[in-house]
Amino acid sequence: MTIDFELSPRLKATKNMIHMFAESAVRPLARQYDENEHEKPWELLAMVQKFMGGGMAGAFGTQSKEKKEEGAEPKEKKPRETNLSGAVTIEEIFWGDAGIALSFPGPGLGGAAVQASGTPEQKEKFLARFSGDKPVWGAMAITEPEAGSDTANIKTTAVLDGDEWVLNGEKIFVTSGKSALEDSEGFVVVWATVDRKAGRAGIKPFVVEHGTPGMQITKIEDKLGIRCSDTVSISFMDCRIPKDNILGSPEVVDKTKTEGFKKAMATFDATRPLVAAMAIGVGRAALDFIKQTLSQEGIEIRYGINPNRMTSLERDIMQMEADLKAARLLTWRAVWMLDNGLRNDLQASMAKAKAGSAVTRITQKAVELMGPLGYSREYLLEKWMRDSKINDIFEGTGQIQLLVTARRILGFTREQLK
Amino acid sequence: MKLMVSFEMDEEQKMVQETVSSFAADLMQPAMREADETEKIPEEVIAKGWELGLLGGCIPEEYEGFGEQLSALTNVIAMEELGWGDLSMAMHLMAPSVLAISVLDQGSEEQKKQILPAFCGEEYKAASCALVEPYYNFCPSAMRMTAERDGEEYVINGKKCLVTLAKESENMLVFAATSPGMGFAGVDAFIVPVGTKGMEIGEKEKNMGIKALATYPVEFKDCRVPAACRLGEDDGCDFLRLLSRSRLALAALAVGMSRRALEHSRDYATQRIAFGEPIGSRQAIAFMIAEMAIEVDATRLLVWEAAWRCDKNMDFEKEAAIAKNYAADMAMMVCDRGVQIMGGHGYVRDNPVELWFRNARGFATFEGMVMV
Repeated sequence: MTIDFELSPRLKATKNMIHMFAESAVRPLARQYDENEHEKPWELLAMVQKFMGGGMAGAFGTQSKEKKEEGAEPKEKKPRETNLSGAVTIEEIFWGDAGIALSFPGPGLGGAAVQASGTPEQKEKFLARFSGDKPVWGAMAITEPEAGSDTANIKTTAVLDGDEWVLNGEKIFVTSGKSALEDSEGFVVVWATVDRKAGRAGIKPFVVEHGTPGMQITKIEDKLGIRCSDTVSISFMDCRIPKDNILGSPEVVDKTKTEGFKKAMATFDATRPLVAAMAIGVGRAALDFIKQTLSQEGIEIRYGINPNRMTSLERDIMQMEADLKAARLLTWRAVWMLDNGLRNDLQASMAKAKAGSAVTRITQKAVELMGPLGYSREYLLEKWMRDSKINDIFEGTGQIQLLVTARRILGFTREQLK
Repeated sequence: MKLMVSFEMDEEQKMVQETVSSFAADLMQPAMREADETEKIPEEVIAKGWELGLLGGCIPEEYEGFGEQLSALTNVIAMEELGWGDLSMAMHLMAPSVLAISVLDQGSEEQKKQILPAFCGEEYKAASCALVEPYYNFCPSAMRMTAERDGEEYVINGKKCLVTLAKESENMLVFAATSPGMGFAGVDAFIVPVGTKGMEIGEKEKNMGIKALATYPVEFKDCRVPAACRLGEDDGCDFLRLLSRSRLALAALAVGMSRRALEHSRDYATQRIAFGEPIGSRQAIAFMIAEMAIEVDATRLLVWEAAWRCDKNMDFEKEAAIAKNYAADMAMMVCDRGVQIMGGHGYVRDNPVELWFRNARGFATFEGMVMV
């Protein structure tokens, strides 16, 4: 191996293809589905389902697919680029539009959880539907009104009653919840506690199918950005699901052992860099817009001159470019590690922290720099500024990423560094 | 080999990193404070550092070196470790790289034969570089020093500062505008023997940081050199390319030094007890450290990517400029926090963070001085 930053020919081709698609099919719809919140570009979604079979979100959680084979015989490890491919593809699609990209059908985070900790039978049962003709969504329900980043505080309960689990509680901020449960024959993976006294060890993921009695969507959020993507509240009232719909072991082994929780949390090592890639796509869109506008005005950015001679505009643009590139490289490193079977939790959090904050700043700066063009809804800059903010929030806020990073750097446990 | 993205160093790079890292820990770090206080680098450090063969390893056999090919990427990896050890010593040890690599990269055959063998020997050989000028708005693209052609000679006029090892060297690479007003394209480099008539070296400079590195102000008054001293002779040189190679080296040094400051802060934050707990168990401190760690890694990757582009013969000038500016700001941020995290203990000279803090701000000013 040797350090290399050039995408493989296969990935380059994919990137170009996805970019063309994002430019021609996604970008032109961006404004329409921002203004008309809660509507979906059905034609586009059908096309995505047809061509991508499982869609963009199919990239989520692909890591365990090949892990299975590794266990059997210690054959020579082939270099993989599954997760890198996910990051590259996501950047391009999100360059097109973040809201629409997030509404793409596929297994999503729910599917990723099944992929990460489901049995072969569960995978077969729950994941096959995503490669059909019709768009189907998977969703994940973790957050509760009183438990956001603090997932250990989950209050939704799951009680075993004969051959069924009975769920009770309320979930909020479920991305694509409506798509999964009302617009398609999908499912939602619900995190609930089987033993509140056990804390994190008692929290387990359960697959709840669309149309299950006792489950109801109670609210569809109106949001600052990513308006094309639905975010819902779901309430569970004596919602009964088959005993086999639990992911991982139902046993609460030991209060100090939180293996199941950890395993499911490990999905974040795969998804956090992908959220970083989403941010980078939006940031690049904003930067591209600025550069194009400046070039039309005949303004050249003088990169090689000393900072003390730069205009404020030149400084800002160089900073934005550097931040964006730094975020991309951190993200590529995190997915590269995953592709090569290396533990990447630290690097995944670093990438997400950097990308989330950098792109939030980049898009805000972009609106500022472009004056009335930035602020006007004629153009997309203001939308990108609203859209990008979510990347510093979902899949763990920027602060949570710093916490994870700091714990690893300092060698502190979650009790030592709260 | 299959073409794909990778962040793994090759075997040679790993070996270089390991070797330089031990040298930095064993010889540079222990001598750092005293060198700064006495403004003098122990000869042993330079002698032992030279034995690593970092520069000779860049020079091909035909010029008496032992390198296969010049790799900016391998060199920035080495530079990071040297920067981790100590900035003054790193810049002293690698000062000859500016002349050697400029000649290797863009010199005429004659110049290569004449200059390069001196840097392949067993003993350290100093060489100097005069690039920065003593004006608040100095910029390499608007060089005030001029070199005018007069028959078979060039006449050099102007002032330089931060000229590394001017008195210790045999040759100085002097950058001057041959076509003033033409930006980077109007700048050339001249290999000027130290002591040439018209070259006046002043007293050793007193700087805020890199105190152990000997730098001098140098004034050129109608200093005449043969036209053959012009780097690349009649073809001249690509100044921006050389400047960019130097920016990569400086950025890598900044990454190394900042990494050292980060490690120091990390250790302090886990050991220092306040209110019954290590201070690192509070988010105010922990988050600073997390951000420092993220930025050190981010900058390293920017440097690697730009160096990789250089090695692949792609355009890398813009990337190098971005990496260097980013590294200068990052180093200042990281070292400032290094002081802040230690509070009063960071401010006293018993601890090293104040030294890194002083060194860090220099990266915004340094140009030339070292090269990869």
